[in-house]
Amino acid sequence: MLIRLEKISRRYQMGAETIHALREVTLEIQRGEYVAIMGPSGSGKSTLMNLVGCLDTPTGGQYELNGTQVSQMDDNQLAEVRNREIGFIFQTFNLLPRSDALRNVELPLIYSGMPADERRKVALEALSSVGLADRIHHKPNELSGGQRQRVAVARALVNKPSILLADEPTGNLDSKTGAEIMALFEELSKKGHTIIVVTHEEDVARQARRIIRIRDGLIASDERVA
Amino acid sequence: MNLLTELKEGAGISWGAIRANKMRSVLTTLGIVIGIVTVTLMGTAIEGLNRAFLKSISFIGADVLYIHRFQWFMHGQEEWLKAQKRRPITLEQAKSLERQLTLAMAIAPMANTDDRIQYKKRHSDNVTIIGTTEEFMVTGGIIIAQGRFLSGPEVEGGRPVCVIGSQVATNLFLQESALGNKITIGKQSFEVVGVLEKQGGLLDNGSLDNQAIIPLKQFLGSFWSHPDYTVEVKIKELEQIGEAKEELRSAMRKIRRLAPNEPDDFAINQQDQILDMFHRLAGTIATIGLFITGLSLFVGGIGIMNIMFVSVAERTREIGIRKAIGAKRRTILLQFLIEAASICLLGGLLALGIAWPLTLVMQRFMPATMSPIIVGIALLVSLLTGVLSGFFPAWRAARMNPVDALRNE
Repeated sequence: MLIRLEKISRRYQMGAETIHALREVTLEIQRGEYVAIMGPSGSGKSTLMNLVGCLDTPTGGQYELNGTQVSQMDDNQLAEVRNREIGFIFQTFNLLPRSDALRNVELPLIYSGMPADERRKVALEALSSVGLADRIHHKPNELSGGQRQRVAVARALVNKPSILLADEPTGNLDSKTGAEIMALFEELSKKGHTIIVVTHEEDVARQARRIIRIRDGLIASDERVA
Repeated sequence: MNLLTELKEGAGISWGAIRANKMRSVLTTLGIVIGIVTVTLMGTAIEGLNRAFLKSISFIGADVLYIHRFQWFMHGQEEWLKAQKRRPITLEQAKSLERQLTLAMAIAPMANTDDRIQYKKRHSDNVTIIGTTEEFMVTGGIIIAQGRFLSGPEVEGGRPVCVIGSQVATNLFLQESALGNKITIGKQSFEVVGVLEKQGGLLDNGSLDNQAIIPLKQFLGSFWSHPDYTVEVKIKELEQIGEAKEELRSAMRKIRRLAPNEPDDFAINQQDQILDMFHRLAGTIATIGLFITGLSLFVGGIGIMNIMFVSVAERTREIGIRKAIGAKRRTILLQFLIEAASICLLGGLLALGIAWPLTLVMQRFMPATMSPIIVGIALLVSLLTGVLSGFFPAWRAARMNPVDALRNE
């Protein structure tokens, strides 16, 4: 089992009020699954994504990722887990604006401590796998939206993580480039990558093999699609 | 990621950030530049002052004792009033001292006054006229540039001869040599037999070079018949200075017929006293001076801290991205610390580039040199300022929650 969430809760303190973003959610995801997480805003799906992505720690429950308990880890240990296990793809791409594509893709490898020459080789491979071998020295503002998101995908893949975690990956793209990115996801899924997509678009969710719907901090439905 | 790659990485990132905000970096650096320039110049000036002073008093050998009616440094009016009642030291006392001391190498009674010296139409005012014996050459650490010092027979016979300081020589004699010429000191005519080597002194007003030395008998006859003598005693061995001082003290007490219960009515002065006094004074000046100039560096440091907070706030999202893909706290902390330290270090280098020519200007007034130690301290201080003022902003950046940082627009 790759991901095992057991009675995971997340509460926020907003002044005097306590907000229950997640209420004892239990969820398991296997290696190689392609999962969509859906839900209206405020449902807790972003909180779930942050917890699964180890950006945040739960206030209750257990989270086991790839055989390791991560729910009690500190900031630095979580950083290491994110670097090794998780590739993030964001709605707004989140590339470093002053660095070129190659440098952006190299970043996770820098943090994992890979030597410079090997780093470059691996990053170049990742960029050509998303079809950007001829754009490696372009800065993000010199690339189109679709190209930027592909740089982000290359960056997410470069450390060979266990999970690709995408938050509204097509939200800032037109429908054509959005479809291209989804096709790329399909391809990656077929290669055996575990993909979790957080979205509110039914079209995007239908690409996945499993759709989990969140409402009011609870799993409302969990269905497999053919 | 090991520390070395982190430092290298941090240096690259901060260089990029500094270049991306050129104007801002320059203005921030300016604060540090001004701070380091003032501190460096202050340090250089203090060091120059120290060196000038030590050079000025180096003619007072550490192995020379000066017996005088008063001590050089008196503490308070009461002590001074008491000392005023002391009997003067006479030439006879100096002579009996000479017979009694065993640890002394040379003993020279001397008295001085100020007067004018003339040669033809040229003259030199406020020259220190010293009346003494041939042994003054030893006690006074005299170095002759031309000619010779007063001889024993000249002193004994009170001959009208003199030895003049280098400044007097250059003032009075333009092209010709001073040796053999007759100059008028006060109203009396003296033949120049020797010229002293140039000594230089504090701020180069040249009081040491502006003197004329004549036989004591001439001095008593022409200037002051009952002067306030100082007896200079040079010790044979510097290690014996304590014993020599004790011998001198008991000899003087016997000569001046002091009862055992009476306090000394004379003083034995030595270089240490001036040095002590000077070190205390110079220490105070240095502390105050460096504190005041340090304030400007402090202000520069606040500027750095301010700009680093802005830099952290601007790059909250970048921090979020970096943390999301695996940057640890230490990595982020180092990134911003290096940025602050680089700005300051650049400022420090720039400041040294400015302070260097200014030091050359200062050299016209005092023996100021920018020593490697000052350069090293300046760079160290600027680096430290960067690290200290960058720490709080960097720490804030490092502790950021990645979820909140990523949400930042």
